[in-house]
Amino acid sequence: MSGHMNLTLKVWRQKNSTTPGKFVTYKADEISPDMSFLEMLDVVNEDLVKKKEDPIHFDHDCREGICGMCSLVINGEPHGPKRATTTCQLHMRSFSDKDTIVIEPWRATAFPVVKDLVTNRSSFDRIQQAGGYVSVGTGGVPDANEIPISKVIADEAMSSATCIGCGACVAACKNASAMLFVSAKISQFALLPQGQPERYARAEAMVLQMDEEGFGGCTNTYACEAQCPKEIKVTNIARMNREFFNAELIKS
Amino acid sequence: MSNFSKAFSSTLGRKLIMSLTGLFLCSFLIIHLIGNFQLFKNDDGLGFNQYAHFMTHFTPIKVVSYLLYASIIVHSVWAIIITRKNRAARPVAYAIKPKDGSIWSSRNMGILGTIIFVFIVVHMSNFWYKYHQGYTPYIEYQTDVKTGATTSRVLDASEFKQYTVYVENGVEVIQTEDLYKEVAIAFQQWWLVAFYVLAMAALAFHLIHGFQSAFQTLGWNHRKYFPIAKFLGVWGFGLLIPIGFALMPLYFLFK
Repeated sequence: MSGHMNLTLKVWRQKNSTTPGKFVTYKADEISPDMSFLEMLDVVNEDLVKKKEDPIHFDHDCREGICGMCSLVINGEPHGPKRATTTCQLHMRSFSDKDTIVIEPWRATAFPVVKDLVTNRSSFDRIQQAGGYVSVGTGGVPDANEIPISKVIADEAMSSATCIGCGACVAACKNASAMLFVSAKISQFALLPQGQPERYARAEAMVLQMDEEGFGGCTNTYACEAQCPKEIKVTNIARMNREFFNAELIKS
Repeated sequence: MSNFSKAFSSTLGRKLIMSLTGLFLCSFLIIHLIGNFQLFKNDDGLGFNQYAHFMTHFTPIKVVSYLLYASIIVHSVWAIIITRKNRAARPVAYAIKPKDGSIWSSRNMGILGTIIFVFIVVHMSNFWYKYHQGYTPYIEYQTDVKTGATTSRVLDASEFKQYTVYVENGVEVIQTEDLYKEVAIAFQQWWLVAFYVLAMAALAFHLIHGFQSAFQTLGWNHRKYFPIAKFLGVWGFGLLIPIGFALMPLYFLFK
């Protein structure tokens, strides 16, 4: 068919978290440029199933770019070459015929590989459980403008809250640091009135849980911001630092 | 654990220590540069030697200098600790190095810092150690109080007792350690000058990232004021200060 692409894939295959993995080369022929990256992998997997081989395991769920389940480091870039895009929303037209595409899992101590390209990101869940919530009663849905919040602050909190917790920041960071994620989660509450009662306890608990999970530290390369599919800003990290130092050294 | 130990043993606290010691060292650079500008004065080292004596004998400055040595050591040791922990956070490397738009110096602070550390050791053994051990030559300046004309003569080590200033018959006499001559002799060696210039280049790249990074770590990423830190980091600490320092060995080499 015209316009279709023939690609070579180098895919990380790893049986389980304890067995060392390796790259295996696959052919992906007759790929439509209109397919998403994950649909391309589905095509490859159908072939593998027909041949009674173990299909390539990868995480996915909504395929609409909002659930944070898909991952993959594609040619050295988390979620592939397009900015502000998750892997499921990445289309094959971003590649060219005869390309070789290297596909790796997120690589971090805190994200152990479960199988192939699937990593266990429950460390993020545990950070959330440590304080990424509001446990005081906030009542029903308030009437518009009943709680005054300026547009600037509301927008800022909303931007922080768009983090889908996919872990691309960890994957992109040379230190596998989770600070962009944690700071977005701390910020969305620190900015709003409902988050105030637990503001400093939250910052402390989430940061200490982040350290507990074995993520690295931030060296301000800002690689996370460049690779985040939701364009979360590193100003969140500065805010997290303020919240944490306030919590430990000033406010308590 | 107390709040303090929690604060400083966390990943954020370790960054805080790097940030505070780094900024303190930056403030030292400004003072060091301004003082050393006296090397460019055409006074046979009178101003510079007086300045060197003051900086090594005035008690408050001595206290600050010990804080400075401590900061250099803490900044270096913490860098090693942080780097080891950060490496442990990614045991399996990527086959393809991630492309991420980060600037080169932000990813190579360790290498740049190592060059600067080696430079500090060389620099201190060149001048600080010799000065404190009394290995520097000595000089006497005689200034006519009325005309302001100054003559100087080399003092033999046996003639020199201690730093003295006195006025006799309308002539001000200053006997001092001649660190200026030590500097002038050292920078006749082209390879030492080359090393100093290289080290200043490393310092430039270290500070282009490091200065603004310190403010981000402190949480002072303010949309109005952070651009000022970025500007100072690049043009002040990344360019002006290292160039100012690099000019000193070059000045003596080509003088």
